[in-house]
Amino acid sequence: MWVYLLRRLAAGIGVLFVASFLLFVLVSLSGNPLAQLQANPHISPATIAAARDQLHLDEPLLERYWTWLTDLLHGDFGTSTTGQPVGPQIWPRFWVTLKMVIPATILAIILGVVVGVVSAVRQYSAIDHISTGLAYLFYATPVFIIALVLKDFLAVDVNQAVGHTVLYTIGENTPGIAGGWNLFVNSVAHTVLPVLTLVLITYAGWSRYQRAAMLDVLNADYIRLARAKGLSPRRVFYIHALRNALIPVTTVIAIDFATILGGAIVTEVVFGWEGMGRFLYEGLIGPVSPDVNVVLGWMMIAATAVVIFNVIADLLYAMLDPRIRYA
Amino acid sequence: MPEPGPNPADTGPAAPVTVPALGGLGTGGTVASAELWAARAGVGGEARGQFRMAAGRFFHHRLALIGLGTFLFLLLLSMVGPLFWRYNYADITGQFSTPPSLQHPMGTDTIGHDLFAQVMQGTATSIKTALLVAVVATVLGAVIGAVAGYYGGLADSALMRFTDLVLVVPLIALLLVLANGVSNLAGNWFWIALVLAAVLWTYQARLVRGSFLSLREREFVEAEVAIGASDRRIILRHMIPNAVGPIVVSATLTVAIAMLTEAVLSFLGLGIQPPAVSLGSLIANGQDDAGVLPWLFLFPAIFLIVAILSVNFIGDGLRDALDPTQRVRA
Repeated sequence: MWVYLLRRLAAGIGVLFVASFLLFVLVSLSGNPLAQLQANPHISPATIAAARDQLHLDEPLLERYWTWLTDLLHGDFGTSTTGQPVGPQIWPRFWVTLKMVIPATILAIILGVVVGVVSAVRQYSAIDHISTGLAYLFYATPVFIIALVLKDFLAVDVNQAVGHTVLYTIGENTPGIAGGWNLFVNSVAHTVLPVLTLVLITYAGWSRYQRAAMLDVLNADYIRLARAKGLSPRRVFYIHALRNALIPVTTVIAIDFATILGGAIVTEVVFGWEGMGRFLYEGLIGPVSPDVNVVLGWMMIAATAVVIFNVIADLLYAMLDPRIRYA
Repeated sequence: MPEPGPNPADTGPAAPVTVPALGGLGTGGTVASAELWAARAGVGGEARGQFRMAAGRFFHHRLALIGLGTFLFLLLLSMVGPLFWRYNYADITGQFSTPPSLQHPMGTDTIGHDLFAQVMQGTATSIKTALLVAVVATVLGAVIGAVAGYYGGLADSALMRFTDLVLVVPLIALLLVLANGVSNLAGNWFWIALVLAAVLWTYQARLVRGSFLSLREREFVEAEVAIGASDRRIILRHMIPNAVGPIVVSATLTVAIAMLTEAVLSFLGLGIQPPAVSLGSLIANGQDDAGVLPWLFLFPAIFLIVAILSVNFIGDGLRDALDPTQRVRA
């Protein structure tokens, strides 16, 4: 088991190294950070040369990659084009993003599994048809439309109906609010809509896989055997059917974790969260674009998170399915 | 039973391969299981007969027909409509922020553009971008996937390393970076389409590679090799036709994914640039006033969702028609 875990981790680290190289090349070549400066006639060639020097743009690409990588392995993300180190800026924003992503992932898994199982058990019932329809709808709806509908229509209506603001639409909490319980309640009220956005874009797909997997299992011979043996419906459902039906979905959820991180970029922009995704966005549209170290910082943290999530999923997979060989 | 894949790319034969996607959508849907398809397709068989059977199944699929009808209607409206409509999408009409009326069926925006003309233009941009993405990504993916699956070796490992990258980095972030690089170029929709295709081909390639890995072990390929057929002939005449079902289904889903992604890029200001409009950029313009002037947000949003929905319905119909063993979503 431990050997298996280590092997999976090693494979993940290998992928990260390959990704770091490809990403560095891609981001470095995707744009000219000096374009904005060069377009401005009021900026002297000396300033531009200094900026070029500061960004190491005269060095060969491989050399720049090596410098960046060795710094990164020492925990240094380099400096952004404003001259500030990226690390101290990105880590606090990473926690802000996690406040959105982790609850969203957990809720989406629960919702996806429950909806999928219920629609499989009650196949072709009203519930099944409604969940199928909703799944089609959410498949076809881009994340920013869901976010905007929640922000501009749902939140306004709810707040009007209640008479005071219960659903906040800007930021991760109200600035200057007193700490403790009040701050917690306030943060939760700010978190509801962004989390709901991320849940809606992800649960639908998962519920379809869960439904398909559950239907497969329910029609399998060993379930008929379990029923024929006279096991209680409860036992057949939880021990024999559900447990096996969770296996394929684990993989799908792990792969889709990257989607949630991507969706968080848009969600943070719409809801004005000072998270990691917004940092990436500002590094791309900002006055100096692309801000290579900012963009790469986001990419590497996101990629690491995805790899870790996939290792966890593999372990779960192995726990759920004893046929998996660890060796 | 194989162990779970050593990298996220190998999901094992039992698990459906997903097109993990984008900002907007949870899962892009199941890419048809190539092996099952290959197993059914069999050797020889009357090509025409199979095609007619598939067409018959497709035209009995109610949702697929609704999807096809809707998509063709949107295509016609967006391509031909602007020729007959009294306003051009760039015209400033002198009426600001008017709600929908007979004069302006979708109202006007804060500058005075007729929104109906803009939505038609935006739909045209979205559709033509998405179709170009699907064509380029499918051709590129089929060629590279075929070579990797048939020959294996270095080409195969290079492909798999590259697709690993696409799996560990959120797609939308990758596209934002690439789109940022081309967003200042003229004729921007074309470049945006190429950027999308430059990433989305990997899904097609993985799919074709998977089919080819199983097809190349089959007797009819062995027979071809034995009678001395060239690699080119084996790939083009015998293996590609046997993998065409999943390729077509996945190409259709690529259209939907491209529309979603292009909208997200344009919404964030890194996709289609003014003066051109796409549905995503129209929604971005409309969002600030969504509370007061809801039509500015709602009409482009509804058009975008309906367009993507119709393509997904077509894709579902094609899957049921071409690959009857694979019915995950319905």
